[in-house]
Amino acid sequence: MYVAVKGGEAAIANAHKMLADRRRGDRSLPSITVEQLVEQLALAVDRVMAEASLYAPELAALAVKQARGDMIEAIFLLRAYRTTLPRFGASLPVETGDMVAERRVSATYKDLPGGQVLGPTFDYTHRLLDPALAGDETVAPAPARESEGEPLTRVSDILAQEDLIERAYSGDPAEMPQEPSGDLTREPMEFPMARDLRLQALARGDEGFLLALGYSTQRGYGRTHPFAGEIRIGEVEVEIDVPELGFAVSLGRIRVTECQMVNQFAGSAKLPPQFTRGYGLVFGQSERKAMAMALVDRSLRAGELGEDRVAPAQDEEFVISHADNVQATGFVEHLKLPHYVDFQAELDLVRRMRAEFEARQTRESDTQEAAE
Amino acid sequence: MAEAETQSEAGSGLKRLMDVLAASPGVEIAACAAALGDLPEAMPVRGPEIGLVMVRGRIGGDGAPFNLGEAAVTRATVRLAGGTVGHAYALGQDRAKARLCAVLAAMWSEGARRDDIEAQVLTPLAAARAEEVSRVKREAAATRVDFFTMVRGDD
Repeated sequence: MYVAVKGGEAAIANAHKMLADRRRGDRSLPSITVEQLVEQLALAVDRVMAEASLYAPELAALAVKQARGDMIEAIFLLRAYRTTLPRFGASLPVETGDMVAERRVSATYKDLPGGQVLGPTFDYTHRLLDPALAGDETVAPAPARESEGEPLTRVSDILAQEDLIERAYSGDPAEMPQEPSGDLTREPMEFPMARDLRLQALARGDEGFLLALGYSTQRGYGRTHPFAGEIRIGEVEVEIDVPELGFAVSLGRIRVTECQMVNQFAGSAKLPPQFTRGYGLVFGQSERKAMAMALVDRSLRAGELGEDRVAPAQDEEFVISHADNVQATGFVEHLKLPHYVDFQAELDLVRRMRAEFEARQTRESDTQEAAE
Repeated sequence: MAEAETQSEAGSGLKRLMDVLAASPGVEIAACAAALGDLPEAMPVRGPEIGLVMVRGRIGGDGAPFNLGEAAVTRATVRLAGGTVGHAYALGQDRAKARLCAVLAAMWSEGARRDDIEAQVLTPLAAARAEEVSRVKREAAATRVDFFTMVRGDD
C-alpha cells in the first residue's frame, strides 16, 4: 500500500538556519567579503567560473561563500543562476595570440621568441607551509622590468613553418567554419560528437576527472606521447558584433589559460608523419585543467587519426558523459533522497525470494533424508 | 560614398569610446564623467539588463570556433531628448555603469560635446587602461628567464 506522507517543513527550515549558522561560524571573527574572495582566493573563484561555464568573478565568489567553500556546490549555484539570464549573443572567437600574457612557457623550445615567462607560478616553490602568511604581513608589489615587446610567437606556428605539425583546420582555410557546429547548453548531447562540442564539454568538465584521465594516458592507457608545446595565461579581449551599431565592440577582457600539447604521430596511409595537437582552453588561471584538457582532447581524437580505441580516455561517450560534475553530483547525491517506496518493493521481493530459497532447502534436505 | 565614410569614421570613434568604457571600472567612469558637469536627460530604451554572451575560442587557438562558456554581461540603451541613441555593453553586473556608458555613447554620437568627452573621459581612461596593460607586461617581463651557458672546464 502506498501512503502519501507530508512533513519535514519545520525540520528543513531549521536545517537551513543551522546551515546559515555554521556557514557564519564564530561571530567574533569578521565575515569574509566577496571582494576578499575575488582577490585572495582567486584560483578557487576561477575554478568555479570554469566549471560553471560562466565568467562572473563576483558571482562565483559569492557562490563559494554561500557554499562554504564546497566547490561543486558553488559551481551548481552559478550554473543555476545562469539559467535565469537571457542570452544576448555570441562573441567573436577570442584571439589567444593577442593575449596580454602573465605567463608563457614552452617545454619544447628553450629560446622561443618572447622567451620563457614564468609569471605568478607555484612551480619552483618548495611547497613548505609559510607561517608568515597566517598573519597580515605587508607584501611588496611584483617586481617589474622593461618589456622588450617581443611578440609571443606560438609554438605551433614555429613548427608549422616546416610543415611538421598538423594545421588547426585540416581543410581549405577559406572553408573553415565560422560558427560552432552546436551548443551543448541548447541541444542534447549526441555521439559521435564533433570536436568543437567536445571542447565545450571539456572546458566545463570537472578538473579532477580530466586530471585523472589525462594522467591515465601518460601511464599507458591510450598513450599520446605529449609535450607541453606551450602554456599561456593572461587576458584576452572579448568582442561582440552589435547589430544596432554595425560594428564589433569590446566587452572588456577575461582571463584564460591555454595549453597546446604537441603529440608524436607516426602518420597513417593518408597522413604524413607529423606532430598532432591537443588543445586546452579554460576560464581563469588553471594550468592543471588546461593541460589535462589538452591531453584528453588529443586522446579523444583517436578515431579521427586512425588510432585504436583501447583506453577509457579514448572513449568519447564515456569521457564526455561523465565529465560534468553538476550532473554527476546530481545523480550520485540523489541516492540520499527518499526511496522508501522503491525500497519497500525491493524488501518485499527479497523476503519472497528468501522464503522460496528456504523452502527449496528444506525440500532438498527432506528428499536427502528420505533417500537415506 | 563620402557620407558612408564619415559615418564609419564616427563609428570607429564611437567604437574607441565604447571599448575603453567597457574595460573601465564604473567608479572611474563616474569620476571622469563628473567633470562633464550635468549630463543630459536620457530616456531608457532598453535595460540596463544583465544577460549572457557565449564566449568563443578557436580550436587549437587558430582553427574553427567553439563555445568556451558564457560570460555575464550588462547592456543598456538610452535616447537623448534630441533623439540620439546610445548603447553600452560590458562584462560584469554593474547596471549604473552600463547606463552611464550608454549616455556617454549617445552624447558622443550627438557630436556637440565630443571634444569634452574625449578630453575628460576617453583620454584619461584610455591612459589608465594602457598603464595597466603595460604594468602587467613589465611584471611578466621581470619573470622572463635569462638563460646563460655554463662554461665547461677542459678536463
